[in-house]
Amino acid sequence: MTALAPEQPLARAPRISSAERWRDLRIVSRGDAIYRVALLALALLLPLLLVAIVGGLVVGAWPAIKQFQFGFLTHSVWDPVAGKFGALPLIFGTIYSSLVAMIIAVPLALGAAIFLTEFAPRWMRTPVGTLIELLAGVPSVIYGLWGLFVLIPLLRDVIWPVIKPAVHWLPFFSGPFYGPSVLAGGTILAIMVLPYVAAVSREVLRAVPPSQREAALALGATRWEAVWTVVLPYGRAGIFGAVVLGLGRALGETMAVTMLIGNRHEISLSLVQPGYTIAAAVANEFAEAVSSMHLSALVYCGLVLFVITVLVNAAARWLIWRVARGSAAGSAAV
Amino acid sequence: MRRILPVALAAIAAMASASSLAAQANIRITGAGATFPYPIYSKWVLEYTSVRPNLQINYAAIGSGGGIRQFSDHTVDFGATDGPMTDSMIGAVNGNVIHIPTVLGSVVPTYNIPGVTQQLKFTGDLLAGIFLGQITNWNDSRIAAVNPGVSLPNQDIVVVHRSDGSGTTYIWTDYLSKVSSDWSRRAGKATSVNWPVGLGGQGNPGVAATVSRTPGSIGYVELIYAIQNHIAYGTVRNRAGNFVQASLASTTAAAAAAMQTIGDDTDFRISITDAEGPDAYPIASFTWLLLPKQMTNPVTARPLLEFVWWATHDGQRFTQGLDYAALPARVVQLVETRLKSITLNGTPVLPANVGGHRR
Repeated sequence: MTALAPEQPLARAPRISSAERWRDLRIVSRGDAIYRVALLALALLLPLLLVAIVGGLVVGAWPAIKQFQFGFLTHSVWDPVAGKFGALPLIFGTIYSSLVAMIIAVPLALGAAIFLTEFAPRWMRTPVGTLIELLAGVPSVIYGLWGLFVLIPLLRDVIWPVIKPAVHWLPFFSGPFYGPSVLAGGTILAIMVLPYVAAVSREVLRAVPPSQREAALALGATRWEAVWTVVLPYGRAGIFGAVVLGLGRALGETMAVTMLIGNRHEISLSLVQPGYTIAAAVANEFAEAVSSMHLSALVYCGLVLFVITVLVNAAARWLIWRVARGSAAGSAAV
Repeated sequence: MRRILPVALAAIAAMASASSLAAQANIRITGAGATFPYPIYSKWVLEYTSVRPNLQINYAAIGSGGGIRQFSDHTVDFGATDGPMTDSMIGAVNGNVIHIPTVLGSVVPTYNIPGVTQQLKFTGDLLAGIFLGQITNWNDSRIAAVNPGVSLPNQDIVVVHRSDGSGTTYIWTDYLSKVSSDWSRRAGKATSVNWPVGLGGQGNPGVAATVSRTPGSIGYVELIYAIQNHIAYGTVRNRAGNFVQASLASTTAAAAAAMQTIGDDTDFRISITDAEGPDAYPIASFTWLLLPKQMTNPVTARPLLEFVWWATHDGQRFTQGLDYAALPARVVQLVETRLKSITLNGTPVLPANVGGHRR
């Protein structure tokens, strides 16, 4: 056997048929096949996890879904004692506080990103950029405490008395301002999402080719005109993505918001009134939810939040796709 | 090599038998539930290791709701809750549950009114009226009527309640439900309710922080939290008509007074809010352990009951240091008969003379 071994390949080599070669190849690629299956399994694991989460939510929420159906989304009474649950104030509060946060955060974050990429002296860019990104590393409970002890007193005792006469007639600022409110919650959310929006926008703006700016400057544009008419439109898909990333974070943020928003199941346009968000309600009531319907209603809330997040992301993708297509057309026009 | 081998084998055998002995001797008991008594429960678990070193008790403070659920699903040896199980929940476990009170807690009204330094007095009607949103200003004549001599400002009342589900809220709303039919109809009692007015603060610290930073506000916190953080709180008028300051003594007095009207066959699912008795503080409650009436695990049954026996007897001396109110003597007596009634496969787990050696 051992003596024959070196001869065999030599003797066989010229006589290999194409079928045999294919078999050999398959043997060689068995490792590839295993590799491919392993990668496939890993790639499918994450979507499967998503499916499992949805499945778990639906199963947990089923008693509430059966009892309240879609009325859950349109009713405003949340009464664990009577077993009546309606999530409309929570849904409203989640979206409203996130919108407030984005209205505050996006101009700030974009301004910071534009300044850091286009106008700031070189020595300033890295330190300031890093400091902004450091904001993302602060734990949310710290934001909550800071909000409770610094932001709320500041808003209530310093800012509100000054702006109240000017804005009190607006429906957005009606009623007394005690402190914990949509405004406080939205402001803290804005600070929390700001580093995400700023960091991604900065990368997007940095990726705009210098030739674009140079072309605009060569045509006689000022630096500001170059930014406004060329750099921003060029990067708008990416900037939009940054905003959506921040929005997704704002929708799901729990701890800091629940400490500042007042936790009241009520729909009010007024920013100075308390509100409530889905994530905050689930975190607040889950541990001590004694009745099974209460628990199920909270899981239903989680499902609703999940759906809202998916819808926001889907809408954002569609918009990015539209915007990206539009930017090509726009650059043709220039 | 030949000499070492038998020695090594013997050593391995000895180690194996020792570890199997240890495995037999080490008994694990798991429990889950209320967060309110967590400090005293973990103290008991720690202290009990000197009594029974080979007993390991794990208590997870996951909340009363979780405690009841895990107990009902038989995933823990005992549950713990701040609000007793309802009849339908007991039906779901086929009545196989005994409530054992362990310590007492009470809840106090705390407030922040600019310019008022005296301790305010409250009645049940006042608190219900304020929390229902019917009394909306501190200069309301109904508040002034029970607080003569206090100059109350013209200031809107801001109600602050717990936003998280909580045993504290259960005790507070249980009291309001007893003293006000309006409250019981509109909000009721539970670990979280549909609050007619007010802001929600997260946990005792959230309520306390909101109250201390919001002029004109009133909230409620656990007595323990108020004591340990030096928060001023008001007195509350009890059934006997006395304004009582919440304290460990007046909380125990409430339980003692309430027990006078309770028969020996009580299942301990009793509310002691608004109790009779001249010294009883009216916003107080037991917190309970949940044990099965018929135990099934022969390994853990007796150690668990011995631990509970110890906790309700010797363990009570640790209550003072942690600012919990201890059980009154009659409750301890009744707990003894309850613990003795628990069976394993039809025979009582604890011997009839248990506690005889105890002084």
